[in-house]
Amino acid sequence: MYQYDTIDQTFVQQRVAQFRDQVSRRLAGELAEDEFKPLRLLNGLYLQLHAYMLRVAIPYGVLSARQLRALAHVARRYDRGYGHFTTRQNIQFNWIKLAEAPDALADLAAVGIHGIQTSGNTIRNVTTDELAGVAPDEIEDPRPWCELIRQWSTLHPEFSFLPRKFKIAVTGSPHDRAAVRVHDIGLRMHRNPAGEVGFEVLVGGGLGRTPLIGKTIKPFLPKRDLLSYLEAVLRTYNLAGRRDNIYKARIKILVHDIGADAMAERVEAEWAQLRDGALVVADADIARLAAAFAPAPYAPRSPRSEAVEHARLTDAAFGRWLKRNVFAHKVAGYAAVKLSLKPIDGPPGDATADQMDAVADLAERYGFGEIRVSHEQNLVLPDVALDDLPALWRALDALGLATPNIGLVSDIIACPGLDYCGLATARSIPVAQHLTRRFEDIARAHDIGKLHINISGCINACGHHHVGHIGLLGVDKNGAEHYQITLGGRADEHAALGKLLGPAVPYDGVVDAVERIVETYVRLRQDGEIFVDTVKRVGPTPFKEAVYVAA
Amino acid sequence: MTGQIATANRLVDGAVVFRRADGGWGLRVEEAVVIADEAAAETLLAAAKRDAAAALVVEPYLVEVDAAGAPTSYRERIRAYGPSRAFHADVPTRHP
Repeated sequence: MYQYDTIDQTFVQQRVAQFRDQVSRRLAGELAEDEFKPLRLLNGLYLQLHAYMLRVAIPYGVLSARQLRALAHVARRYDRGYGHFTTRQNIQFNWIKLAEAPDALADLAAVGIHGIQTSGNTIRNVTTDELAGVAPDEIEDPRPWCELIRQWSTLHPEFSFLPRKFKIAVTGSPHDRAAVRVHDIGLRMHRNPAGEVGFEVLVGGGLGRTPLIGKTIKPFLPKRDLLSYLEAVLRTYNLAGRRDNIYKARIKILVHDIGADAMAERVEAEWAQLRDGALVVADADIARLAAAFAPAPYAPRSPRSEAVEHARLTDAAFGRWLKRNVFAHKVAGYAAVKLSLKPIDGPPGDATADQMDAVADLAERYGFGEIRVSHEQNLVLPDVALDDLPALWRALDALGLATPNIGLVSDIIACPGLDYCGLATARSIPVAQHLTRRFEDIARAHDIGKLHINISGCINACGHHHVGHIGLLGVDKNGAEHYQITLGGRADEHAALGKLLGPAVPYDGVVDAVERIVETYVRLRQDGEIFVDTVKRVGPTPFKEAVYVAA
Repeated sequence: MTGQIATANRLVDGAVVFRRADGGWGLRVEEAVVIADEAAAETLLAAAKRDAAAALVVEPYLVEVDAAGAPTSYRERIRAYGPSRAFHADVPTRHP
């Protein structure tokens, strides 16, 4: 993986020193809150309900074992022993003290991680496929391009005060695991008829209070032009995006207002002045970055493991885990393993410091010391030899990280919600916990099959409820928590926004409502049909009846 | 009867605090001075804002409480008593 060079290391450490000075001036009363707030947000430090919250970027979801141990250390030393992995491949610490925040950031800077541009109207952490570089269906590894975007966008002076925040996601596979259609810019690597690899550029996707699917403005962008074209998009947005209304300031509103064709024309005009300038990606530069993501020193192995076959036949629990949590690898004899951060009754996406340390050890023992974070809020060990799977499974099971539910009803995506977040209008985590208990029977969950439930505690949609097969949005109704239900959303290459089923249901009724929806699917499904296919085929009426008439 | 209390987050660590009758800030909602009339509430808020200007607390505001002194909105109850469940061993939660 990419290692910080002197330039990276210097600016991160300089930023910690600056922030330490700013914090000490704030504590001494020399800076007022309205002066200080933008400074702390530039470093990912929010003030939430109970404490400061530190959001730390995990660039494109890739961590070394050493970095994960540093996150564990911050959780243990400066927080309450755990962290929360987010839908943006970041981690959040919920209980940070302002006075200690510079120390926490210094400890993270020592291993090349930080909170820069995890807040504010900036280009945020670039996200990608958690199986990048190992997925068999991949056209090209997106990580070198993500790293290039990280370097270009970090402290970019022209784009440090955009109209609003800006999120870029990249996929190198036809099966989109990075939700590129619901980002400000989505980049989809593909091959043109001449066999060259380039990017389809989508703009104007996003969730929040105005959910929209991104529009293609460039069907095929040659790789050498990636940065100049991104710069042209950002410049167009920076000039034309609205600054008078925070709710209309995202690029999606601009694209929606002027139309994708007009947006493409404006970007093209801007790009004409940039495309052959300093931002052309030199072969040597991308080759240098690609070398940082060169394939691991895999050993030649049989594509069939007797150890796995034996364990599968003798242990049904291992078999379930193998079926749901183990993913195909492009190298024979290896697999990618997803570590479920969705235990029954657990807060989705949370990991304790002890779990993080143990996962770092496992990444070294059963891999090449690398860990991925998925936007579904799980962890991934990307390079596990098949023969090691039974031993890894036992180790993960002992850590509570082997719940065999990846992609199933209990693999719930949820924001922190009102238990932590200052923006939330309703709780998310306890709803997720109640749902996982209701669907605790793992045989039942396997029978139900692939089903994504996404929960957001407010309209800002950090839980991506619009693209959940079942989406739950917490709202305040006369001083009580209620949940709007949407059905039929999806975040993959067939991205779609869920449709509102009917009136919001109260907190105490939401688990029953979801169960009736699931039972309706089980009753109506045809062979091989996953939940979201059935919703598409039969429409909302039977689900509406199940929730609102039967109730 | 209902009343109002002043709350804020403590600057140094972000902890939820409540203004006491002695002019200090306490960590427990039970310590808060409860004000029944509107004029006195404005006086309380003005004092709290002076503490914000003095870099003791951040963004103080008034919260409605019930006869038992508990905040009436569930958002403020979560601030006062912690996350609604003990998600981890060390999560402070003491919902009545």
